[in-house]
Amino acid sequence: MNLVTISGPPSSGKTSVILKTIDSLKKQGLKVAVAKFDCLYTDDDVLYAKAGIPVKKGLSGALCPDHYFVSNVEEITNWALNNDFDILISESAGLCNRCSPYIKGIKAVCVIDNLSGINTPKKIGPMLKTADIVVITKGDIVSQAEREVFASRVNTVNPSAIIMHINGLTGQGSFELSTLLYEEALNIDSLKGMELRFPMPAALCSYCLGETRIGESYQMGNVRKMKVED
Amino acid sequence: MTSIKNRKIADLIREFPFLTSFFNDNGLEISGKEELTLTEYFAGFDEDEIEDKAIDTENLMFQIGEFIKQMIAFLGKEDDVVTTVTIQPGFDKSRVAEDFDDLVIRQGEIICIVGPTGSGKSRLLGDIEWVAQGDTPTGRSILVNDRIPDKKWRFSSADKLVAQLSQNMNFVMDLSVYEFVELHAESRMVEDRDIVIGKIIDKANSLAGETFSPDTPITSLSGGQSRALMIADTAILSKSPIILIDEIENAGIDRKKALSLLVSEDKIVLMATHDPVLALMGDRRIVIKNGGIHKVIDTTDEERKILSTLEKMDRTLLAYRTKLRQGQIIKKIENT
Repeated sequence: MNLVTISGPPSSGKTSVILKTIDSLKKQGLKVAVAKFDCLYTDDDVLYAKAGIPVKKGLSGALCPDHYFVSNVEEITNWALNNDFDILISESAGLCNRCSPYIKGIKAVCVIDNLSGINTPKKIGPMLKTADIVVITKGDIVSQAEREVFASRVNTVNPSAIIMHINGLTGQGSFELSTLLYEEALNIDSLKGMELRFPMPAALCSYCLGETRIGESYQMGNVRKMKVED
Repeated sequence: MTSIKNRKIADLIREFPFLTSFFNDNGLEISGKEELTLTEYFAGFDEDEIEDKAIDTENLMFQIGEFIKQMIAFLGKEDDVVTTVTIQPGFDKSRVAEDFDDLVIRQGEIICIVGPTGSGKSRLLGDIEWVAQGDTPTGRSILVNDRIPDKKWRFSSADKLVAQLSQNMNFVMDLSVYEFVELHAESRMVEDRDIVIGKIIDKANSLAGETFSPDTPITSLSGGQSRALMIADTAILSKSPIILIDEIENAGIDRKKALSLLVSEDKIVLMATHDPVLALMGDRRIVIKNGGIHKVIDTTDEERKILSTLEKMDRTLLAYRTKLRQGQIIKKIENT
């Protein structure tokens, strides 16, 4: 089985892209399942189920979403392996732009949209910079010039990635993406011993533990102060 | 590419000036550190910085190498001139073979694509964009300059076969016309930027009914002006040899001039339209049915005559529109 990790900022079009791409994967005779990770709420699992795609949903709630992802990805992978799927797609939102769910040896796709602004590629960390494939959405509503400038900015921060344009509404481009996802050579039978591509930040302070009061005397653990002069 | 790792940043930038944008876009501050080698530079970050800025040294080293390779390839080569694109038949949704010989489309040609929604226009376009090699659902193949095309047309973000101009497109950036075109020119690494930018704005103004200045914010352009700027910018700055047009609204823009601008820049123009004035301006039209190319029609002499009647009607309609806009009372307009 192949595991494919897909991530991107909220509302960039991940679910639409995945749904359209799975249509094409199914036509190629592949059995696909999805693991949807989100924070507080998602009803995307209903969309997947409606499309007849087996889906597992995980809400991180009070936990850091990418940490939650990495603590659960092995179990989810085992579920998919036990059910004889050919591909498991994990979908997770990159929220603070700092972490990424990508794993060495596992295909990584980042979805970002043209409307997010041309400086966005600069602002996103490993989620964009270490992806194998970058999918750019919403190209149908911005000008050709903006599409070209945006793509070239993405290319500057991740020159080795394949950059594709997909229209999440019509699915244009999703067939092409589907041909790049499954690779026999990337088959796995467990995630044991695998590693994240980039470490997630360490942050454990009193606020992680539920502190609500403001003020230095309540701050413990990994706390850092801004330099505010004058 | 032997050990850029051990070369000084200043030397690297002298040899590859474009690396400045790489450092900048990756949020890597280099001022005052130019005399360090790359290895020394990355070793200079402490653990906190590496964690905070998510600096992935190994990956960055690799990406710098990739970037240099790409840019050298990009700058070194002559722009590949695409003189022809050939569509070789596949089959329709019912797996019936398409009944046409190799369809060769040449530089400067205008081809229309007609057919109801869902008939397969997007798939045809998708085949061209992805330079299909019998590996898409239609089984079609695309040749560029009569040959099996280079893989770069599929995977390189700087070499895309198709640029798009669609009715739904809008400008979303908060920039003036000049800054906007400049940004596009920068990303294409165009020389003589001022001249190119001036040319684009002039051309756009000659297409639009009402003129705008370089200082106008792009988001405050009218529909016609936006369309005009998009067309002029795409014609002159986009590297893609094929331009797909998805309808051009008949307001505030001279469509005939717009098409001839694209053709004069040696583009291949594909137009998805059911507007007879536009469709008959084309040299040929492709009829799509049930996912396949049903037939290819050459625009006939009679159609060209009809086109001039339609154009007359078009002008009359436009004249009424102008009067309406000017607040006049409408009177019958005789032949325009």
